[in-house]
Amino acid sequence: MGPITLLGAVDPVWVAFLSPELASRMQFGWTISVHIIFASLSIGLAPFIIYFTWKDVRTNEQQYVRLRSFWVRVFAAGFVMGTVTGIPMSFQFGTNFPQFSEVAGELIGGPLAFEAKMAFFLEAVFLGVLLYGRDRVGDRIYVISSVLVGFGAWLSGFWILIVNAWMQTPRGYEMVTRNGMDVAKLTDPFAAFLTPRMPWMYVHMMNASVIAVALLVAGVSAYIVWKKPDTEAWNTALKLAVVLLIISAPFQAVHGDAYGRHVEDTQPQKFAAMEAHYETGQADLHLLAFPKSPVALTDPRAENLVTVSLPAVGSFLASGGDFDAEVIGLNEYEENPPVALVFWSFRFMVGLGFLFIGLALWGGYLTYRGRLSDSTRYLKAMIAASPFGYAALLTGWYVTEIGRQPWVIQGELKTSEAVSSTLTGAEATLTLVAFVVLYVGLILTALYILKWLVREELRSLGLRESSGDRWHGPIPWVSSDD
Amino acid sequence: MTDPLLPVDAYLVESLPEIWFGAVLFSLGMYVVLDGFDFGIGMLYATRTDERERETFLAAFGPVWDANEVWVVAFGTMLLAAFPRVYSRLLADNYLLALGFVVALVFRGLGPELREQRDDERWKRYTDYAFIGGSVFAPLLLGMLAGRWLFGGATLPVALTGVGLVAVSIVTGAAFLAAKTEPGLASELRPYGIGATLAYLGGVVVLLGTVVLTDAGGAADAVLSLPVAAVVALSVAVGLGGSVLARRGRYRAWLANALALPTLLTILVAILLYPTIYPPTGLLVREAVVSPLALNLVTVLGFPVLLLVLWYFKFLYGVFSGPIEGEGYGG
Repeated sequence: MGPITLLGAVDPVWVAFLSPELASRMQFGWTISVHIIFASLSIGLAPFIIYFTWKDVRTNEQQYVRLRSFWVRVFAAGFVMGTVTGIPMSFQFGTNFPQFSEVAGELIGGPLAFEAKMAFFLEAVFLGVLLYGRDRVGDRIYVISSVLVGFGAWLSGFWILIVNAWMQTPRGYEMVTRNGMDVAKLTDPFAAFLTPRMPWMYVHMMNASVIAVALLVAGVSAYIVWKKPDTEAWNTALKLAVVLLIISAPFQAVHGDAYGRHVEDTQPQKFAAMEAHYETGQADLHLLAFPKSPVALTDPRAENLVTVSLPAVGSFLASGGDFDAEVIGLNEYEENPPVALVFWSFRFMVGLGFLFIGLALWGGYLTYRGRLSDSTRYLKAMIAASPFGYAALLTGWYVTEIGRQPWVIQGELKTSEAVSSTLTGAEATLTLVAFVVLYVGLILTALYILKWLVREELRSLGLRESSGDRWHGPIPWVSSDD
Repeated sequence: MTDPLLPVDAYLVESLPEIWFGAVLFSLGMYVVLDGFDFGIGMLYATRTDERERETFLAAFGPVWDANEVWVVAFGTMLLAAFPRVYSRLLADNYLLALGFVVALVFRGLGPELREQRDDERWKRYTDYAFIGGSVFAPLLLGMLAGRWLFGGATLPVALTGVGLVAVSIVTGAAFLAAKTEPGLASELRPYGIGATLAYLGGVVVLLGTVVLTDAGGAADAVLSLPVAAVVALSVAVGLGGSVLARRGRYRAWLANALALPTLLTILVAILLYPTIYPPTGLLVREAVVSPLALNLVTVLGFPVLLLVLWYFKFLYGVFSGPIEGEGYGG
């Protein structure tokens, strides 16, 4: 893509602005990246919240009161961030991609409306009860509220992924002309909602959220345990997070492997981009890839990569058993997604996935030996790893979404055709800049809130300000000078 | 590919597109009524300097605002589900207004949330600016968006619609707070509520007069109709009646009256829209609506849930009914 296609108008006054298409895509990508962090925080925290609330009400033990109130506050802050970043998402389908909304309205409008009515209201209403209603409702209603909030988060994921899965493997519609425009008409609701991609995507995303939050909970717990080793509550939380990680991290690898085969079946172009496979023919499986030269970062190809590969195994996996099977290469297509972004995002995600399995097994071994909270090295590793679940989740979505390009609806509508024709480069660039500034502030604020909550928690555990080791790491919410 | 469960070629009932037009506007109305008093609380917050009073305001708003705000998502997604062309054109044609509105909502939502996180004067001042600014601009820009929906590009009617929504939000905010706080604070808020009522009623008359005189968006004929006259007369009666109740200190009755104003406003919007659904483009409800199967589906799956949602709200407001207990926002 040269600079000419990046810049919209030729008029020199406007040349500083991005084209409406590029700005819209960047804006949607950026705002959804920020939003999904908070959405998956709700999904991943749900099991923790329900468990802590239930234990708190049942046992009345101080440690569960502590854990419940801490994580409900994190959940609440995350939910507010999720709401305020979610509303722009529901508007941007119309503001930036009106052709997409109009073409796909019958297919995506229903699930989006169900998400709002079935899930968002449930979460928002019962979170109000969970946050403010401890003294106003009975124990049972209080626990049920926590379950409903968690259920709402998982249900919201269900409906929104129906929309996204339909964009990957559209089914259950026919194209008709309405008001002079070709639009998709719903013909089969079951086929349209339960597309081939849907079960894969739902399981993978829900589990990714659990992994990301388990790592976050483990990191926060490890930090507090490191500072205050005799805390009962946070040792419990750490152990719980590690157990959840032992289940979810290996499962994600096994599931992801099968998911990859499904992508090869249904979106061969995306699969080829994930593997930077250009020539149609037998495909190797690249287990590891390193760039030989800087060029490989922007244009990964077999020639400029050092790979650890299993010859012909790509064919074997994609075809389900045939080493000689032909895998379609990128050269077959007129227009391809940005291969480098897809290829490296995929490797980044997979690499992190294996790192999480390693951390889970290490934690399992330490738990088995009864030394989980004694190993300073493990605690420090978990603190350092706490943001990486999110990094894996985001790069996984980059594979999915950037890998679908140039299509917004696979095989039906191109992203370039979906962008608003009335939008100017100036408007689009202005709002893009505004969202970047605003959301950077928002993320920093979220990190500060977490930091303040942790600091407050340490104080309430009776930790003196100066005690403990000092942390000199990259994680902004831990800083030892508080 | 027929689906035996739902009619494919015919709407469940003949008037289903019109029912959905009503349902979409009902969601908009719920939003304007419920988040409207949240905006009002945010604007009246600017008149308070006492920390304790500010905390009381936030406590009134804390448990419910997030749920109230979801109605705008319900409105947007229901519009998309039933009338995708209107959703697309309305938002794309009013790009900066629509995104300005959601950005205002970001500030409004984050302000109180962040305020509670630190005990620091300067921090509280900045987060209060965000809360107040968001609470002013969200109804202003949403009202302007509604003005563009009804009247197209005409500047004065669009601006007046925005200001009108701001004024009516102050009315409901003041009445809500008066009903939920102690009498001393309530009587201090009363003048703002009554002033905003008069400003709102005057604004509506000026707005409709302007539309008739300039025929903005070709809406003059629609305005000069019996239903519009009835709604305006009813608004005046309710507004003045509410103000009298407020002066007598009957705040719960005032609240009931005050909440009728944004309800009537939404009904006015519905009358001015119908039978088109995007007057500046001349698009009719029947032209914009999705195919029978799609609409039948969202009806069968969505309407029962909508009733459930109304029950949630009854439950939520029941739990947090009565005078505000305690202070603060952080739970």
